[in-house]
Amino acid sequence: MLTDEMVEQFKKAIKSPTRMLKEKADLVSYSYDGSFGAYLPELVIQPMSTQEVVSIVKVANQYKVPLYPRGRGTSLSGGPLPVHGGVVLDFSQWNQKLEIDCDDTIAVVSPGVLTAEIDKAAKKYGLMYPPDPSSAHVSTIGGNLAENAGGPRGLKYGVTKDYVLGLEVVTPEGEVIKTGGRTIKNVTGYDLTKLIVGSEGTLGIITEATLQLVPRPQATGTMMVIFDDIVDAGRAISKVLTSGILPSKMEIMDQASIVAVEEYESIGLPTDVDAIILIELDGHPVAIADECKQVEQVCLMVGAREVQIAANEIAAEKLWKARKLVSPAIVRKKPTKISEDATIPRSKIPEMFKRLKQIKEKYNIDLVVFGHAGDGNLHPNIITDKRDKEEMKRVELAVAEIFETAIQLGGTLSGEHGIGTMKTPFMKMELGEAGLNMMKRMKIAWDPKNIMNPGKVFPENENQRLVLVDE
Amino acid sequence: MNNQLAYEETFDCVQCGYCLPACPTYTTMGKERHSPRGRINLVQMASEGKISLKEIEDSMELCLGCRACETACPTNVQYGKILSSYKEVRMQQEGSPFFNQLAMKKGLSNKGMLNTMNHSLRFYQHSGIEKLAKVTKGIQILPENLRAFEAILPNITKPDKALRKGTLIPHKETKMKVAFFTGCIMDVFFARINDLSIKLLKHAGCEVTVIKNQTCCGALQHHEGDSETTIQLAKENIRAFEKDHYDYIVNSIGGCGAMLVEYDQLLQFDPDWSERAKVFAEKSKDISVILAELDIQFTKKVEKKITYQPSCHLTNVQKVKKSPLDLIQRIPAATYIPLPEMDMCCGSAGTYNIFHYKESMEILDEKMDYVKERVPEVIVTSNPGCHLQMCMGVKREGLEMSVEVVHIVEILAEACGL
Repeated sequence: MLTDEMVEQFKKAIKSPTRMLKEKADLVSYSYDGSFGAYLPELVIQPMSTQEVVSIVKVANQYKVPLYPRGRGTSLSGGPLPVHGGVVLDFSQWNQKLEIDCDDTIAVVSPGVLTAEIDKAAKKYGLMYPPDPSSAHVSTIGGNLAENAGGPRGLKYGVTKDYVLGLEVVTPEGEVIKTGGRTIKNVTGYDLTKLIVGSEGTLGIITEATLQLVPRPQATGTMMVIFDDIVDAGRAISKVLTSGILPSKMEIMDQASIVAVEEYESIGLPTDVDAIILIELDGHPVAIADECKQVEQVCLMVGAREVQIAANEIAAEKLWKARKLVSPAIVRKKPTKISEDATIPRSKIPEMFKRLKQIKEKYNIDLVVFGHAGDGNLHPNIITDKRDKEEMKRVELAVAEIFETAIQLGGTLSGEHGIGTMKTPFMKMELGEAGLNMMKRMKIAWDPKNIMNPGKVFPENENQRLVLVDE
Repeated sequence: MNNQLAYEETFDCVQCGYCLPACPTYTTMGKERHSPRGRINLVQMASEGKISLKEIEDSMELCLGCRACETACPTNVQYGKILSSYKEVRMQQEGSPFFNQLAMKKGLSNKGMLNTMNHSLRFYQHSGIEKLAKVTKGIQILPENLRAFEAILPNITKPDKALRKGTLIPHKETKMKVAFFTGCIMDVFFARINDLSIKLLKHAGCEVTVIKNQTCCGALQHHEGDSETTIQLAKENIRAFEKDHYDYIVNSIGGCGAMLVEYDQLLQFDPDWSERAKVFAEKSKDISVILAELDIQFTKKVEKKITYQPSCHLTNVQKVKKSPLDLIQRIPAATYIPLPEMDMCCGSAGTYNIFHYKESMEILDEKMDYVKERVPEVIVTSNPGCHLQMCMGVKREGLEMSVEVVHIVEILAEACGL
């Protein structure tokens, strides 16, 4: 429990008291994110400078108050949820710094900058910030760094961690450290940058990031490939990726999602097919034209029914529309959507599809698959209603089985959403006792008082399991 | 459990946060409780009794009701319904302020009162009293918000009676038969725009009738949570317009049009009215849709740099986005320059800029920053509220000499030589 004295101390830590929120409507409004569960914080602070963060952390350290950094609360894993009370730090308003240095091809940003704004700023210099989570126009870079977010372009360009050169971090004792720097090559000491990225705010608080930018491809080409059998689609993905071509995006839609889209807004997709793959290639326009033809041949060879190549940008947009409509289309039946991001090695894509189908039947649930097929980050989505307690129980079991299957196939719990609260019960399954223990030892060494985003990443007890409904 | 709030509808929200960048109050106030996602959650919590209506009042009352969040929402949350349910419950529990209530319940739907208003405003502007009030600083007795509005009052003209009598027949062939909806505030403050709308429709080949017994659309009452009055007005309008057959019921007021197209929702559970409301709603169209479809002939060049600030309710509720842009871009010799973040509300929002003046001006200032960046000569609007707000913005920035604010109908009429 926060005492008046602590609140007073926190108030002194920030320049303007209007950025300290404690009315009930505010606390309720920072109790959730894009995932499941709601936990009331005791206080919300909106820091706007490193100095403020330092002062806040020092107070928290003195009184052992838990701190939960939060961007714009789009997390799908529960990263910013204040599960043990304490203070939510809302970084969304600290978005003032966005500097592009085109000679060094880097961007230096404050944590509240929107991810899409970084790419937009880079574009002016012919550069690109590749990570493109579908929430990039809403989510902050701070949140992306903490959760190590990915996106469709991950297939070719990797995820957030692949573009971070350096960080400014406030430690749990309130000291400011700089990790990495402004150079691509930097092997001085331990790579703390990579340790912090994806640590979900459990080791320290990121107050500034130096990001690497890449030359912006001149053009893109889009195509839609239609399959009668989803297993062929899986094979086509592997074949394309071993044919010497690396597309920037390869997104799959299974039959359930195609039918849902057509029922929602008829855009002329064939509904008697098993799967559609949308492929985007980027690079020099001449190379793209040539590669499109090669991809077409490869797909037809493994049994694709039809390949449509977009003639221009408008046609490309039309093809992508199908993918964009999946979300609104699938939630029409039932409102709750559980988007999982268990990821498997590419070669196991056909097998994963088969197993997902079995899980769907076994638990009698609505499960659709649409996601980043090329990198094995399939995104099975379960459509349900969180008020239906009986069905939610089956959903919990199905989600658990999806995780188990991914790990059995040599994959991972999370490709891009992070562990947060939702996947903690499965950590040991993937990492093993010793693996998880090493991670815990690092956490204890960094944050002995456990004030940095407690309740995340690590299971809090042996019997913890996935819970999606209030019991 | 509060059963009157739209509790079920709140479950359609998956809390993805995609509405945040679309929300003007989240943008200017920077707090989750002033975002659509925040407000939806607060209504859910209030339904469950976990927070009181009083505690969510500030968040809910500061919502503009622009409904840009509905356009941004990937899961089709019916935010409008959720907001109205709150307004209704609040109205039942506390009633709305007396002055407000008087204006809403009686004033806007009363023809005589509106005529008097038009008349008095004209008298005020033309008799020298306006000048006197300004010179003697007598105007200072008004609070800041009302004073600000007095300063941007348009030149009030008398509605042209000849245009509102009987049916106007176009010179050439009749392409469609339309009934014209005048709106109440529109005919007081912007009678000239209604006059021009009627002329334009005729010019484009419409047979135009101004139905006599039409009344206020009920939008402002609806926003206040007064469903009873709204329903009563809706029925009056439906009755008035179904007396004869018209292809369309046309209006040039983004906000009123949005109310008209939702009459079907308003009356969906009334077996005597649901079908009739549906017909009425389907026939109700913004003038831009009709003019774009009829392919109006322009006769004059308008060599100006034009930008467009859409009415939120035209965009987000009537879903009309393309037609006004098409028309503007077809004006001979005009240069269209898009306004960045044009889909963000200007902060007018019915009576919001009067009752929440400070918040409204913060939203307007953001909008004007973009105007200054783009330097247009003309700002085109499609709703009287937005029109006045943009006039206010231009005045606040000291741009009266270089930037003109017009309703889309005015610039189209100019290009048609009307």
